[in-house]
Amino acid sequence: MKLFRFRGGVHPAEQKSTGQLPIQELPIPQRLYLPLQMHIGAAAIPVVAVGDKVLKGQLIARANGAVSAPVHAPTSGVIEAIDQHTAPHPSGLPVCSIILRSDGEDRWSDTVVPIDPFRLSAEEVAQRVGEAGIVGMGGAAFPAAVKLNLGSRHTIHTLLINGGECEPYLTCDDRLMQERPEAIIDGIRLMLHALHCTRALIAVESNKPMAQQALRQATQDYPMIEVVVVPTRYPMGSEKQMILTVTGLEVPAGKLAADIGVMVHNVATAYAVHQALRYGRPLTSRVVTISGSAVRNPANLEVPLGTLASDLVAHCGGITRTPARQVLGGPMMGASLPHLDVPIVKGSNGVLLLGVEELGQSSGAQPCIRCGRCAEACPIGLLPMELAARARHGKVEAALDIGLMDCIGCGSCSYTCPAAIPLTQFFSFAKGELSRLREEKQKAERTRTLAQARQARLEREAEEKRIAAAKRKAEREAKKRAEAEGAAS
Amino acid sequence: MNYAGPAASPHAHAPLSVSRIMLMVWLALLPASAYGVWLFGWPALYLLLISAAAAMGAEALALRIAGKPVMPSLRDGSALLTGWLLAMTLPPWAPWWIAVIGAIFAIIIGKHVFGGLGQNLFNPAMLGRVALLIAFPLEMTSWISPQPLFTEQAPGLLDSLQITFIGASTPLVDAVSGATVLDGLKTELARGTELSAILPGLYSDGAALIGQMGGSLGETSALLILLGGLFLLWRGHIGWQIPAAMLGTVALLATLMHLYDPLRYAHAGVHLLSGGLMLGAFFIATDPVGSPNTQRGKLIFAAGIGALVYIIRTWGGFPEGLAFAVLLMNAATPLIDHYIQPRIYGRRRDGRPLDYQHGRFARRLKKQRGGE
Repeated sequence: MKLFRFRGGVHPAEQKSTGQLPIQELPIPQRLYLPLQMHIGAAAIPVVAVGDKVLKGQLIARANGAVSAPVHAPTSGVIEAIDQHTAPHPSGLPVCSIILRSDGEDRWSDTVVPIDPFRLSAEEVAQRVGEAGIVGMGGAAFPAAVKLNLGSRHTIHTLLINGGECEPYLTCDDRLMQERPEAIIDGIRLMLHALHCTRALIAVESNKPMAQQALRQATQDYPMIEVVVVPTRYPMGSEKQMILTVTGLEVPAGKLAADIGVMVHNVATAYAVHQALRYGRPLTSRVVTISGSAVRNPANLEVPLGTLASDLVAHCGGITRTPARQVLGGPMMGASLPHLDVPIVKGSNGVLLLGVEELGQSSGAQPCIRCGRCAEACPIGLLPMELAARARHGKVEAALDIGLMDCIGCGSCSYTCPAAIPLTQFFSFAKGELSRLREEKQKAERTRTLAQARQARLEREAEEKRIAAAKRKAEREAKKRAEAEGAAS
Repeated sequence: MNYAGPAASPHAHAPLSVSRIMLMVWLALLPASAYGVWLFGWPALYLLLISAAAAMGAEALALRIAGKPVMPSLRDGSALLTGWLLAMTLPPWAPWWIAVIGAIFAIIIGKHVFGGLGQNLFNPAMLGRVALLIAFPLEMTSWISPQPLFTEQAPGLLDSLQITFIGASTPLVDAVSGATVLDGLKTELARGTELSAILPGLYSDGAALIGQMGGSLGETSALLILLGGLFLLWRGHIGWQIPAAMLGTVALLATLMHLYDPLRYAHAGVHLLSGGLMLGAFFIATDPVGSPNTQRGKLIFAAGIGALVYIIRTWGGFPEGLAFAVLLMNAATPLIDHYIQPRIYGRRRDGRPLDYQHGRFARRLKKQRGGE
């Protein structure tokens, strides 16, 4: 199959030794902390009360609106609290979470399983995917059902399954592909069904030969599903870059992949779809890679959602030394954590405890020497040094002119910068500034509209008063005249 | 500047720093520098050291005045490199104050007046060289013929100190002076001599390749400069675009003019192997600070330098035009960067979103749809 090359990209050290480690199941921890928002969109609304007993797989918070996802109990137990808990986010700010105390029985609730999910209509498949709380598991956590529903409005010619896993260290998708290829293929077939689509491509980076072999074996009977080996180059697993690599198409600025007939889902998402439709099991667990040189026994663990990262590390034998940085996700785009008492959520694919030598250059930023490595590394074709110069001086609109919002935040520029300038950080700041400015503008617009409306109302009222006064005056005069006439007669 | 705070992604970094890049470039210069020292004797070594020291001193002074921390910037090696490069383009027996004035001018006027590392519009070393050429034309064109170390005619360590710090005695100067290839060409052609009569006594491909000829301290050996340049290319510190476009343009123009009139216009070999062209193509024009951001921009930039070098050498008032050519194209860099920008993913060159109406993307989409 002909592949296309996306521009730029980098080759960070792969560090994927955990690719040899089979997925182990984590024993159910005592407490699970389930944020109501583990996805992009509106936070879910709790449907349980403190003290309620729940069974595994039971709905505990329902989706709120079209772009949202429900939350299910990852094990059986008692709702201990519905309270604030630290979010899996660098800010360390709390978010509203359901805290579930396990009863140790891990008992499933009764589930309704269709005999043959292929007899369901496309809409019903998407609906079940939504009800199972499935979101994009590659990290973005966008509700999967919303994407599947696009199939009814767009003709999808290619369902692209992302098995790139281009982030260093992470091997959870690799292991899933190696160990459960049939389940993934089944999930892909169900998604094809939901999309009325007849072709699926599974793109796997060239550094995962075992996964490729396993998937090839599992796709033997399904000619509509093809395994594509793509070069190992970061950020291959980014949706835009993967679409270009495999189809030669670029998603137009401001449009969706579906607009050019492509839909991308992660392999772990396909696996979750299989679990939901074949066994009626909602998304309550996922595979997570625990790695980094400060972890005693790196591992791939299948963990219930809501498990604290600290529980995972404890299960892996704890730490060998104080990590220089704790990361949720991959090293290129993951979030650094203030502490490890944060829960694993639907989009968490890794917990990394990195030593200082793994972070690479740690000295402060030096002046830019305009070497252009950032521009060469940018997979989008931006000029990061120019963007950063504008963003640094708060010239957000000027940064917008040269493609600020086209930046995918992959971190390739920062990774490669010899002056260690935190380019990606500047862009995140500028993007935040931009949305703040837009909000302010909107607010000012609203204020102006309201002020204008008030002015118009006041004028109208004054006019009405004037008319009423004139009318009264006319009436008085008419009355006077009538009286005078009456007197005269 | 202090970017401490919550650590933002990425949490990994390529094993590369500014000082490492500078160190690599300096290492790549060493073979040609060592050859220059061997060819022209100890005065050449003194000049290299004085120039580098003066550049670093000027850097420290400028940083102090600007109230910036001195040591971190001094350690990045950029001032050392500027001083070193400047010395490589000087006549090897130039007096010490030539190197000192040139280095101070390069660092203070060429670099720190613009705001320091990365902010300068012009290549500092070339700015220093041009300032010297205009202010001290005699010292800047006093060439000597090769006086290899450990041979009879080579001055000893002490005599060399005298040459550098006090000045060579007139009889010695007369004995060792010799024109460079480009100098000789310009003078003789101006007299109306034909090339066939000039070149045999002045130039041979072999000597020019190895560097066995008069010229600037570190510019004579095309081969060793090429070696250093290829090392930088291999390590990814420079791209092929600038050397290729620069040398290619000179070769093309020289060949065309040579074909037009072989008696007045020297063949491409003479142009490629003499003067500062090789050093310029691999080490000076490739300075990232003054060159364009994009690879296409770099091609235009380097082709411009090549064309200017050829024009100045052939029709200009100076025998060599590298420094002027680099500075002129440095000045054109912002303009090139304004017009030459990479296409952004999902957008057309004019910045509007791809519309899939026609062109290669429309064809590919049709193909993908057809493959259903």
